[in-house]
Amino acid sequence: MTQIFQLYVFLLAGFVGFIIIQRVPPLLHTPLMSATNAISGISLVGALVAAGGKYGTLSTILGVIAVVCATTNVVAGFLITDRMLAMFKKPDGKSESGK
Amino acid sequence: MIALPLSVEAAAAAAALGVRDWVIQLAYLAASALFILGLRSLTKPADARLGMQQAAAGMLFAVIGTLLDANIVTYQWILVGLVLGTALGYPMAMKIEMTSMPQFIAFSHAFGALAATLVGIVEYRHLGGAMPTGVAAALSFEVLFGALTVTGSLMAFGKLQELITGRPITFQGQNAVNFLMMAVAVVCFVMVVVNPANTAAFYTMVALAFLLGVTMVLPIGGGDMPVVVSLLNSYAGLAASATGFAIGNNVLIIAGALEGAGGFILSILMSKAMNRSFANVLFGAFGSAPTASSGAKGPAKESKTISTEDAAMQVAYAGSVVIVPGYGMAVAQAQHTCRELHELIQKKGGDVKYAIHPVAGRMPGHLNVILSEAGIDYGALLTDVDDANRVLQTADVAIIIGANDIVNPDAEEDKASPLYGMPIFRPWTAKTVFVIKRGKGTGFSGVENPLFFRDNTLMLYGDAKGVLGNLIKEIKALDEGH
Repeated sequence: MTQIFQLYVFLLAGFVGFIIIQRVPPLLHTPLMSATNAISGISLVGALVAAGGKYGTLSTILGVIAVVCATTNVVAGFLITDRMLAMFKKPDGKSESGK
Repeated sequence: MIALPLSVEAAAAAAALGVRDWVIQLAYLAASALFILGLRSLTKPADARLGMQQAAAGMLFAVIGTLLDANIVTYQWILVGLVLGTALGYPMAMKIEMTSMPQFIAFSHAFGALAATLVGIVEYRHLGGAMPTGVAAALSFEVLFGALTVTGSLMAFGKLQELITGRPITFQGQNAVNFLMMAVAVVCFVMVVVNPANTAAFYTMVALAFLLGVTMVLPIGGGDMPVVVSLLNSYAGLAASATGFAIGNNVLIIAGALEGAGGFILSILMSKAMNRSFANVLFGAFGSAPTASSGAKGPAKESKTISTEDAAMQVAYAGSVVIVPGYGMAVAQAQHTCRELHELIQKKGGDVKYAIHPVAGRMPGHLNVILSEAGIDYGALLTDVDDANRVLQTADVAIIIGANDIVNPDAEEDKASPLYGMPIFRPWTAKTVFVIKRGKGTGFSGVENPLFFRDNTLMLYGDAKGVLGNLIKEIKALDEGH
């Protein structure tokens, strides 16, 4: 049964994703990509358990590598998204002189 | 699932565990909500930054929640990993140039996907042959998509960074080889699901997925990388989702599904804007065989050139100017010079707008970021092709900077052209068109552009930054002359 519930969660989240992301204007498509990239760093959650659990030495090593990779993904992803979004300046009215 | 408490201690332990689990699950729930709200904030430029900062906070909640997990017994290695990852990620994000954004995102995908793949392998080693069918299937999906994304992203990174040639690398029977590898991977997948203890099948599948990532991206040209990067975005999401299925974690399923949907939508949008079917991008190896269709007609035509002085005169007295930038502008680092020209025209009472094509640049929306970095506000950026064409009709001057295929009239007029049907800008509807171009070459698609031979088109050959700089100088000189 658990798997069926998981499929429901997956399906509903997928729909939400489709609906929201279709409404993101082309202006912000690059930040959108880096944002979803940052969010996919959520694998970090799995990596933390793999690195901190008692699964044997090799598993711990693989887990730590996974933590490093996922953390890099998360930190870099969110920071670059923020850097980009900070650059988008609101129209100040002056540039819209024609209207 | 329901344990009957046999003693007071056991009951207390069960209650304590219950509270801890609740806290963890609530943290995940908060994270999921913040991710969705963060992505929703991207529908409005004014809310986007705050929304994504909240999504980052959501990620922090998810991490803190996970650290409370009872399965975690040692923390020192986790700490090492977190510190190292931050030390790697921070300078990467702060130093990267906006022009290199596509490579950067491809590289970042490789990291996230490698994490998902490794988690899958650790889980597989941990559970061994005892795992239920559903978990075996989820783990197999996870490593399959994960490994494919790792090498695929690294290949895309290599092509975008020009470490590998941007030209498609093809050989006879390439698609057949790819399909064969894919078929074997699918067979291994089925074998693992049927018998999770079959380690040989599991690791063969992982190895094949790593290989497939390389061989699938090799034949795709550099110009098609935006679609590939978007698609890999989607795969990375699916890998994360599969991880969630395997370890029974909803926040992973949700975040992965969001990303999977996002990447998929963007790759379809990009394919459409490039006038290509999805399948054609992935299996067509477009750039390898430039079609000769439009080369046949009238090679004798000469395009007209104009001196910078004369161009400056026209730009200086234009009431409305539309600039159509392409990736060439970003390569020449001309965006700042472009803003200077923009301000100069505004000071003289003219209006300046930018027509930004969905596929201009090396990833969806790339030029918007580059122009915003130069300090141009987004009110001046026209990102809808129809809107931009309306503005172009009444414009006095259209300036094409380092763009080619997106202003090629063949897309509307020549049915034999490979560009036919692609949504394009119609700069020729403006009174005068200036084309700033490095040389007399063709665009990315290798197709000749008849726009350059139109009556109202005047060419300004040279490096974009240099030409714009000279234009600015001449316009200023006009003022001093008065």
